[in-house]
Amino acid sequence: MELIESHPILEFSHGSKVSFTFDGRAMEGFEGEPIAAALHANGVKIYRYSPEAGRPRGFFCAIGKCSSCFMVVDGIPNVRTCVTPLKAGMAVETQHGRGSIPMIGEEAGRDA
Amino acid sequence: MREVELLVIGGGPAGLSAAAEAAGMGASVLLVDSGPRLGGQLIKQTHKFFGSRDEFAGTRGFKIADVLLDELKGLSDRVEAMIDTTVVGYYREDGTVSLSRSEDEYFLVKPKRIVVAAGAQERLIPFPGNDLPGVYGAGAVQTLMNVYGVVPGKKVLMIGAGNIGIIVAYQLIQAGIEVAGVVEAMPRVGGYWVHAAKIRRLGVPIHLMHSIKRACGDKVVEGADVMELDERFNPTGREFHVECDTICLAVGLTPTVELLWQAGCKMKYVPQLCGYVPVRDCNLRTTNHSVWVAGDSSGIEEASSAMVEGRLAGYGAALSLGYGERPDRYLSFIKRLENLRAGEVCDKIRSGIACVLCEGGEQ
Amino acid sequence: MDDRNDALLYNSGVLTGPRDGVCKAEEGQWKAKRGGYVVIECPQRIPCNPCHTSCPTGAVLPFADINDVPKVDFSKCTGCCRCVARCPGLACFVVDLAWKEGWAMMKLPYEQLPRPQKGMAVDCLDRIGRKVYRSVIEQVLEPFKDRTFVVSVPVPADLKDDVRAVKVVAHDAE
Repeated sequence: MELIESHPILEFSHGSKVSFTFDGRAMEGFEGEPIAAALHANGVKIYRYSPEAGRPRGFFCAIGKCSSCFMVVDGIPNVRTCVTPLKAGMAVETQHGRGSIPMIGEEAGRDA
Repeated sequence: MREVELLVIGGGPAGLSAAAEAAGMGASVLLVDSGPRLGGQLIKQTHKFFGSRDEFAGTRGFKIADVLLDELKGLSDRVEAMIDTTVVGYYREDGTVSLSRSEDEYFLVKPKRIVVAAGAQERLIPFPGNDLPGVYGAGAVQTLMNVYGVVPGKKVLMIGAGNIGIIVAYQLIQAGIEVAGVVEAMPRVGGYWVHAAKIRRLGVPIHLMHSIKRACGDKVVEGADVMELDERFNPTGREFHVECDTICLAVGLTPTVELLWQAGCKMKYVPQLCGYVPVRDCNLRTTNHSVWVAGDSSGIEEASSAMVEGRLAGYGAALSLGYGERPDRYLSFIKRLENLRAGEVCDKIRSGIACVLCEGGEQ
Repeated sequence: MDDRNDALLYNSGVLTGPRDGVCKAEEGQWKAKRGGYVVIECPQRIPCNPCHTSCPTGAVLPFADINDVPKVDFSKCTGCCRCVARCPGLACFVVDLAWKEGWAMMKLPYEQLPRPQKGMAVDCLDRIGRKVYRSVIEQVLEPFKDRTFVVSVPVPADLKDDVRAVKVVAHDAE
């Protein structure tokens, strides 16, 4: 993970390291920190592709107000990865287009 | 549905100050913040703050957050704080507020009074490639770097030489990240001269009268084309290319005011305050008499004034609920705001506020 | 054209000449003053006064209006460096011209990595970051124990108006 090792002013304390997957690839991140921070530390910058023109999109505002960082997390699309805390075992996927919201009764599966 | 005396929306410097002041007067407060931690933008600020002793001048921003949080801890019997909780709607018919917690839980609250201290959001300027991964808001880069200790990029081009742009450029250098330069369309930096001097002496060029022409790269940022502008902001034709993997936009903030619209507050577009803001009296009460506003939601300014505005709004809301007057404190808040805003750097703010000040509230 | 370039340079945070808010001692007294005098470069009126509130002797004068630029009564300045460590804009420095004939001991604020230590080699930078001298850290203070250090580096006296920052020289092989 690409972390800032030392800093002249700040001391960083992270929660526990947990495993998660991004598009099926195993990665590590810190529990409780935004999913986007973990992705960034693992060198992942492209989070989704826009619905009309298929343009790559990623992190932008970091406070949950812009929608650039939407991804599919555990089968649910449009998750604001910049403010959603990482949990052990999360399955994070690149979102293509608008994503599909699983209905009640349907299983939240992949490739819906 | 839960009834609440005072709902404070936003846990940044304004919201924390409002909650502390109101609870200090005896009101019971529910403080909500949509992020994972209280403190708002303060928790990312490694630089020392300006202002006077009352605004913690000379103290680093993230320590100021600690001071405010400590004050709230001392009032914990009257203040409940919820994080990961976003206020999503205000229903004018009966003043009900709907909230979403961690995107799992949806619930309603009926507050007697509200302080909206929801802060601001970053603006975007249009240029080809501005949606490429690697183009980030300056505040976002600051969050990655200073809160989560993640390297945001290897070489950063900063667009905008307001206080945010030059402070974040300095913080990038502190974190060991190369800053290729700062690009600013105006013929002067918008931020404090001393902030600019700090980065100039560390070798960071500030290209005045320049703007970004395009972000280059196929799927992520790989560089930028920067163009020179004349006095009328038209391109002169002179350009240069900058290799970088991150383009940081520090081109201004705009107040977060959706809830105020929903609450039926009278709103006005005020360029000096950077967008639509609510009309308010001198105590920061809006035209919806159960709603106060404080901090960047009332107009883009500084953390120092956000803290005093928070105190004023929390005071006003608690007073209206019947909690005791504290005239000395009230007058000190008014005086501090006047002092902070007296200088030439605040001419714009004062003229903006004059456009949205309404009557009522004089004490 | 020169005026315009000068203006743009100043507007980008580079001091181009004397102005209000730039406080320097008189040369004759400066050369005799052990411990040095403060230099303040804060030419813009902003709401800020920790230089005054941190000064133990009152050398940095009280602000009638918090937006005023700083003023210094050099007869009271002891070169203690508290304002150097307290100023949010890193606009205060102490310069000692009595340390050694022909030399200026520059005491500058420092908030970078690596953590500074006596004996470290540093590049001395001018106002636009050019390396103008290579020196060695003589002393490190941390007056408020808040990670703003004051590093003392000797430079030839004629560079006292140029050197405004230091960068620790990276060790190539360790």
